[in-house]
Amino acid sequence: MSGPDTITINTGQEGSAKEQIRSYISKLKSGEMGALPAVGALLLLLALFSSLSPFFFTTINIANLLTQAATLTMLAAALVFVLMLGEIDLSAGVTAGTGMAIFVKLNSVDGWPWLSSFILAFVFAIMIGTFLGFFVAKVGVPSFVMSLAVYIALPGVMLLILGSGGLLRLEVPEIQAIMNTNLPLWGGWVLLAVILATTFGMGYWDRARRLKANLPARPLSLLIAKVASIAVLGAGLVYFLNLQRSLVATNPIQGVPTVVPIVILILFIGTFVLDRTKFGRYMYAVGGNPEAARRAGIKVTNIRITAFVVCSFLAMISGVFNVSRIGNVESSAGRTIVLAGVAAAVVGGVSLFGGRGRLAHAAIGAMVIAMIDNGLGLLGMPAGVAFIITGLVLLIAATADALARKRSGGSVLRT
Amino acid sequence: MSQPLIELLDVKKSFGPVDVLKGTNLKIYPGRVTALVGDNGAGKSTLIKGLAGVQWYDSGSVKFQGEEVAMTTPRIASALGIEVVYQDLALCENLDIVQNMFLGREEISQMTIDESAMEFAAAKALESLSVKTVKSVRQKVSSLSGGQRQTVAIARSVLRDAKLVILDEPTAALGVAQTAQVLALVRRLADKGIAVIMISHNLQDVFQVADDIAVLYLGNMVAQLDVKDTNHNEIIGYITGIKSEGAIS
Repeated sequence: MSGPDTITINTGQEGSAKEQIRSYISKLKSGEMGALPAVGALLLLLALFSSLSPFFFTTINIANLLTQAATLTMLAAALVFVLMLGEIDLSAGVTAGTGMAIFVKLNSVDGWPWLSSFILAFVFAIMIGTFLGFFVAKVGVPSFVMSLAVYIALPGVMLLILGSGGLLRLEVPEIQAIMNTNLPLWGGWVLLAVILATTFGMGYWDRARRLKANLPARPLSLLIAKVASIAVLGAGLVYFLNLQRSLVATNPIQGVPTVVPIVILILFIGTFVLDRTKFGRYMYAVGGNPEAARRAGIKVTNIRITAFVVCSFLAMISGVFNVSRIGNVESSAGRTIVLAGVAAAVVGGVSLFGGRGRLAHAAIGAMVIAMIDNGLGLLGMPAGVAFIITGLVLLIAATADALARKRSGGSVLRT
Repeated sequence: MSQPLIELLDVKKSFGPVDVLKGTNLKIYPGRVTALVGDNGAGKSTLIKGLAGVQWYDSGSVKFQGEEVAMTTPRIASALGIEVVYQDLALCENLDIVQNMFLGREEISQMTIDESAMEFAAAKALESLSVKTVKSVRQKVSSLSGGQRQTVAIARSVLRDAKLVILDEPTAALGVAQTAQVLALVRRLADKGIAVIMISHNLQDVFQVADDIAVLYLGNMVAQLDVKDTNHNEIIGYITGIKSEGAIS
């Protein structure tokens, strides 16, 4: 028997680094693969396109790919919050488009200060999210139909806002800067240092907490190995992006794109909330088994509404990225990208059945989809091919998910 | 015998013209397993729902440790230390054992969920029930067997310092070995001084683990017997209505 201050039941963290790695592998074999297949696909595509196209693995294209993927990453991350509950928000893209139309119209045409019109766009996102969430969670309209209704209606609102021209130019340098500038060279290294310090700090903190509670903890060497591998990969990427990539010698372009730290920060905050707060825990619980969550005293309706609000809010950030990159808003903004966002999330390993998903998965899935688009474009393939291949990748991801779920013993309909 | 933890006196409940409970009495003692048996429609579920505060009785009194209480909401029942383990267990398959055991009652420190404290307490609760079948407290519930899930659901009530645990057919969907495990768990639960009500249709299980057997027949408590003073045939007689003279001990 154990003493009063120690426990004898396993917690999954005992044993040497070797044993830990072994148990991780057996977990993978049992079907809990997470984002690993998507990471594999990403590496495969990277190798494939690098060998097929001399332009693919160039500094200018990789930097370009990162900015291209940022919009999709944010949208996919936004959708994770509703997908995790087994819901969907088809209107996330047009909500962002409409918000940006409001922002640009108020600023460019009506002469509002950019910040207040910018904030108003996010107020609009919160309103749409609440509206969707209310009808889905309180009234009981299926989220597919509810968001489809908004998906149909909002482009109309955009048309009315934008008028007959159907297009408004963004004239805010602060917003344009997001997608069109780079960090100073030292900025990339500072970013990497902050990431490494945070990863190590949080890992060390968690470990210290476990040891203090007399719980077994993974060997420190595993944490150091993790931080070291991020350091190597990150240093390589920062070095690569800090190389001169301009085609015109008089106009140097170098450094990590400004949007990268913004995306990383938002994903970090979102992941922190999902992993370490009650709200995050309840999101997973409601997604896994709403009835169990209700009986545990969780206010399921509130969680659902909040999820839609968070989704619309993050989608609006993807709208900001989009308008920053393109430089204008048109009345069809956000109509097609939303499905790519869902695809990105699913490719990354987020379950459409609810209960499973992480923001990092959405980001990896978004990278896969953006890379297919980018790589095939460089190879001179017609756009049609990119669509077909993206569809196939999604099908493979969804099938792998369904099979893995079967093997792990959970039911297909709920896990 | 000592003071009952809970005592139902002349409890009645009807749904429209249908009288489901017709003046039912029941005494539940700490540290004892009381099996609640009876045919379908005898009123077992209605009786339990009243104790859980999910659905209140029309009339009659409920005494908790000798004090009259109004069991009108699940919150009141829960505050008294009454926990119900329903047949469908209400676990989230995508969460692990610790997360499920603490669902809705997470411990917070420094603004975030205190996983270490929860993990420690969950492991302690499982150990106090001598649970040895789970591989790790961080296993996902989706990877657990039916018996292990039942174990987690029961351990959750221990974690909440339950005084009375109501089990709704805990062995209904289990195989032989797992049934034995769960019954042993029920026994240990009572040995910790917790009062246990176990609804069951399986008399073999009942005779194996129960201290008292309470038989409902068409809304009447026709018998509450010490298991030592009765046998299979007598209980079957009460359940089917062949025997009906009051034998409330």
